[in-house]
Amino acid sequence: MIFKEILIRYGELSTKGRNKKDFINRLRENVRYSFNDIAPIKIRAERDRMFITIENEEKFAVLMNRLPEVFGIQSFSPVASCSKDLDDMKALAIKIMEQYRDQGELTFKVEVRRTDKTFPLDSHELQRAMGGAVLPQFQNLSVQVRKPDVTLRIEVREDAVYMMAQVVQGAGGMPVGSNGKSLLMLSGGIDSPVAGYLMMKRGVRLDAIHFFSPPYTSDNALQKVKDLANELTKFGANIRLHIIPFTELQVAVKENVPENMTMTSTRRMMMKVADKVREEIGALGIVTGESLGQVASQTLESLTAINDVSSTPILRPLIAADKLDIIKIAEQIGTYETSIQPYEDCCTIFTPASPKTKPKLEKVQRYESFTEFDELIERAVRNREVHILPQKEATVDKFTDLL
Amino acid sequence: MIYLDNSATTKPHKDVLTTFIQVNEMYYANPSSIHQAGVEANILLTRARTQIADILHTEAKDVIFTAGGTESNNFAIFGIAKVNTHKGKHVLTTEIEHPSVLESVKRLAEEGYEVEYLTVDEAGIISLEELRSKVRKDTILVSIMHVNNEMGAIQPIAEAGAIIHQQSRAAFHVDAVQSFGKLPVRFTGEAGPDIISISGHKIHALKGSGVIAFRKHTKIASHLVGGGQEFGLRSGTVAVPQAVALAKAARLAVQIMPAAIQNYKKWSAELYAFLEQFGTDIHVLSTEKSAPHILSFSVRGLKGEILINALQKRDIIVSTSSACSSKQTKTSHVVEALNLDNAFKKGVLRMSFGAYTTDEDIAAFKKAFTTVMKELKGELIG
Repeated sequence: MIFKEILIRYGELSTKGRNKKDFINRLRENVRYSFNDIAPIKIRAERDRMFITIENEEKFAVLMNRLPEVFGIQSFSPVASCSKDLDDMKALAIKIMEQYRDQGELTFKVEVRRTDKTFPLDSHELQRAMGGAVLPQFQNLSVQVRKPDVTLRIEVREDAVYMMAQVVQGAGGMPVGSNGKSLLMLSGGIDSPVAGYLMMKRGVRLDAIHFFSPPYTSDNALQKVKDLANELTKFGANIRLHIIPFTELQVAVKENVPENMTMTSTRRMMMKVADKVREEIGALGIVTGESLGQVASQTLESLTAINDVSSTPILRPLIAADKLDIIKIAEQIGTYETSIQPYEDCCTIFTPASPKTKPKLEKVQRYESFTEFDELIERAVRNREVHILPQKEATVDKFTDLL
Repeated sequence: MIYLDNSATTKPHKDVLTTFIQVNEMYYANPSSIHQAGVEANILLTRARTQIADILHTEAKDVIFTAGGTESNNFAIFGIAKVNTHKGKHVLTTEIEHPSVLESVKRLAEEGYEVEYLTVDEAGIISLEELRSKVRKDTILVSIMHVNNEMGAIQPIAEAGAIIHQQSRAAFHVDAVQSFGKLPVRFTGEAGPDIISISGHKIHALKGSGVIAFRKHTKIASHLVGGGQEFGLRSGTVAVPQAVALAKAARLAVQIMPAAIQNYKKWSAELYAFLEQFGTDIHVLSTEKSAPHILSFSVRGLKGEILINALQKRDIIVSTSSACSSKQTKTSHVVEALNLDNAFKKGVLRMSFGAYTTDEDIAAFKKAFTTVMKELKGELIG
């Protein structure tokens, strides 16, 4: 194992002044969370970078595989080390560059940092010595100082010499949890998981809420939502999923509001329920996957009518996104396949034939005023089921014996 | 019955049969159906797919269930050839492939593709030099079997893969029907194969089950059209019980593999020593580098069929060079390719071991074979 640690460069933190320490602590915790399954891992956090000790090949493979998904990391590099013997250093440099042998013509340079001032060669000499050792071994490499394809970084520290060349792009963004908590309205479609993902990338911790209307919607639809929430947990934090028994409210809307307004009214009920849950869990915003003009409920007029029930910030990261771009992200983050499973959800049952795309707020308010919805809303909130994802205990698996 | 013909087919494992029956009884719903029973069947199918993907080191979405090795090989060859004609029409394979590969490329040749064959040495192994000289920029497919079904030669897959990927954009197909479960088979790094064929009944699963697996991003034409099952690549209601049984057999095979390999090695060493006693009357085709579960040898001047019948009378089941070609009267193409002395060409016997083979089986074979040789010698050699 030539690699000794992984060096992590922070994302957007350099501008964060006094809060920087909190961000770094949060990132460290999130990294720990992400690698719970291979715990313990040793993390050392410094002002400008973080180091994870590599204990063995297996852990190294897991780290390299999953670190690109953790928000708040700009990039990272596996770092190798050796003694301060010049021959050792040369051998290690060649070994590290080996991975670029079959990659066609490349330019490269050696960069030396020497914190151990007792080292006999100065930075410049060392740079030349190492370049001179590497170059003859690789026909595809040539030196370029200004914008090389590969930079071999060598640091001579007190205890040993450290080298790295590979720089892996991180997920960017901010550590989840560094920007407060919001409640994600998770429908089971393609958009809402993407919206959740984008907010997590901005450092927002999420709870999720889902409206469940049995027997009109099936356990499969519910399982799908759990799977989606589970997918989102891989980006650095667990998620609580609030399942709202919504049938009673939905039926009440259907029976008491004119058909072309039921869609708007149902959304308003959902928003009211969500806002109550948000308040209970101490979240500060509500996140939705709404995208302007996508469906009848997502016109500006509809959004106005829906917004009317709450003064909480409604965060709509996809409001200006094209459907195809949303699908692209869904595929990237691995939620697309789950989202397109064809189960009815609470938004697709009872859909009116021609919902109003430009509902008048006063009219909706008037139609709703004849029915006592508040009590139904209270009950739905009270009777919700909360699941914590990822589920800690694996459920008993009836298929294991078969396989 | 002492069964030493595991390369032709294997006895289904008891646990695998139990799985097969239980899945048929409990999860018989169509996995494409939307009702709960269908959903469960689909979950089970996905689990089976994932299990096989894990063993091969690929993704579940790159594992497609087929009806067996022949279908997988056909699928790979026609599927790759069809989608890549814009890149070229050059196809490369070896002269000792299974008929399901050779007949497929023959058909491609009839359709205007340029097919070339790699030769093998006496040990049945291709030359990397020859491969290097034959892989071209317009090569679209290279198909090389991992372990030869007749004499057990193991091809240098990793080295071949490196050459193929370096010199061309060709897809590298590996027929792993005889090696999966007997040797490590997986997609490894960038030098590895792009497509792997596997058959269920060679690893104590059921006949009529197989897999074609891909390394990601391998483009291939669909094989059967219709309802779009198996990611649109192979339509038709998926045979869930076969697939699950195959996944189980694969897990068991890989689990017992280290111990099994030790046994196979022990038995082949024992048999090499045993066959040496017969001096120049016997020529062993397999070599020390061959796969340890297959041992092929030839008896001077004696037809294979006569030996098989004589052994069968003593309850020992072995095969001529391969079950697939054993009913043909002409010498097998593999034996031809090995450049064997004429006196040995007709008398090839293949013994192949499996999970149920025991020390006693090997001892019984030795005893029976000694008697048979005594009886037949002098009468038939001429």
